[in-house]
Amino acid sequence: TFRQICTTTAVQRKNVGASGPEKYTEAFIKKQIEEFNLGKRHLANMMGEDPETFTQEDIDRAIAYLFPSGLFDEQARPMMKHPNEIFPEQRKIQWGEDGRPFHFLFYTGKQSYYSLMHETYEKLLNVQKHQDQLIAQDLPLQKEKRNLAGNRWLTKIELEEMLLEKVSDDDYSRFIQLLQKLVALPCANIEEKYIQKFSKEVPVQLQKVVIEPLQYDERGVAFSTGEGKRKTARATVVVYDNGTGKTTVNGIDILHYFPVLQDREQLLFPFQFLGRIGKHDMVCTVSGGGRSAQAGAIRLASAKALRSFVTEKEVEFMRQAGLLTVDPRVKERKKPGQEGPRRKFTWKKR
Amino acid sequence: EDKLLTEPLSHPDFFSVRELFTLEDLFNARVHLGHKKGCRHRFMEPYIYGCRLDQDIIDLDQTVQHLQLALNFTAHVAYRGGIILFVSRKRQFCHLVESTARACGEYAHTRYWQGGLLTNAHIQFGPGVRLPDLLVFLSTLNNVFEPHVAIRDAAKMNIPTVGVVDTNCNPCLITYPVPGNDDSPAAVELYCRLFRMTIIRAKDKRRQSEAVEELR
Repeated sequence: TFRQICTTTAVQRKNVGASGPEKYTEAFIKKQIEEFNLGKRHLANMMGEDPETFTQEDIDRAIAYLFPSGLFDEQARPMMKHPNEIFPEQRKIQWGEDGRPFHFLFYTGKQSYYSLMHETYEKLLNVQKHQDQLIAQDLPLQKEKRNLAGNRWLTKIELEEMLLEKVSDDDYSRFIQLLQKLVALPCANIEEKYIQKFSKEVPVQLQKVVIEPLQYDERGVAFSTGEGKRKTARATVVVYDNGTGKTTVNGIDILHYFPVLQDREQLLFPFQFLGRIGKHDMVCTVSGGGRSAQAGAIRLASAKALRSFVTEKEVEFMRQAGLLTVDPRVKERKKPGQEGPRRKFTWKKR
Repeated sequence: EDKLLTEPLSHPDFFSVRELFTLEDLFNARVHLGHKKGCRHRFMEPYIYGCRLDQDIIDLDQTVQHLQLALNFTAHVAYRGGIILFVSRKRQFCHLVESTARACGEYAHTRYWQGGLLTNAHIQFGPGVRLPDLLVFLSTLNNVFEPHVAIRDAAKMNIPTVGVVDTNCNPCLITYPVPGNDDSPAAVELYCRLFRMTIIRAKDKRRQSEAVEELR
């Protein structure tokens, strides 16, 4: 490249203020797309593959092979993507050849947002006019109530994606207020379609936990599995029906595996709650954690397995008793400047 | 090409703007009603006919002359393919002004005016923007009853302005002030109708003249 010597003073200015986002013309984007397609074919030929069926994943693999990079940041490595993904949308220049902008609200700065407000207000006026007509003809106003419970308005981020430009918090709240005003009118059913563009359904049903049905092994005995965790311990448990209360952990009897009474009480708790102490056999595998954590993990796993043997009401009782909740407590990290997670160093007056 | 541009300038009223309205139309649309005596701006005194029961009455003879000049000027700007920007900060008429602008094929700005729109346009919009060639104010005051920033900015950027000035407005920096009421819906609807008709007429004339030139 050549360094220009004869330049105007405007180009030589050093303290130039921050310029706004770059705008790209459509012709520029088209040229970029052509260059990308050409480059794709060259790359396919280089790799010895068919140019017609060269997908984006093949391109990524080829680039990673030809330009190996040790950088950790994925975004910093060399990449070859379709220009539509690189150049963000809505940065194309918005005026024609004669200089006249395409949108009538271009000079406001936020054309999509203000045109949206304009349209919504127009719908509001339409509804009011319709209402006035009905009142003039002495007809009753429609009273079909929309299902208000299951809908929510678009979030600010969703609105930004829809309009392809930034929306401030005030603007967003104003828009939502306008929509609420529109919905509050009795004859808003006319503009139902328009309102549905901005409302989303909230799934009313909470994620129902599916209780697995009982499985039967070769002898015809019903059994079910459950998984549980506590701190760093992970446990899997198989609970068999028609048993005597025998429990094995990692191939070892619980009396030998858990010498402390407290741990064995923890294991018994779900059965004691349901009144099924001597009726089930348990085979557990557990790893990680300490003795108390392993006991807690097995307790949770056995409670989860017992759900299949028991009615829904009793499952609800178990849930309320806290048998089916994962204990979220983990070891808190040590902070610098302190001796432990909470303990500070000894304070000395001098 | 040159003939197309110079021919309208030789006539005093090439677009026959005088036929669009009469003094009686203005009176019926309550254009002559101003604000109370206490709100009167000093520079509006020449345009005021008198004061009745503390309310200022605007001189409609002067309004007719000013409005004819203003409409003639907008017609010429529209004939030459200029960008016209309608500005009004009255919330009541925001929708009306925007619909008028859309109907004409011109532009409107009835929202919060960001500081550097005209003066810092190349950075806000991008290099190569074309600024409006005419600003039309349907109301020269903003929501705090102070002169709209666009008047001063247009004067800075050498953009001619047409503005409806009420008795509490400052007509100083506006190139074609039109003394008249800017608060009644009837008056504002009349102005919108007049501007829309002039601009559409001017654009139609331009298209006709171009078609005639091409036929030759």
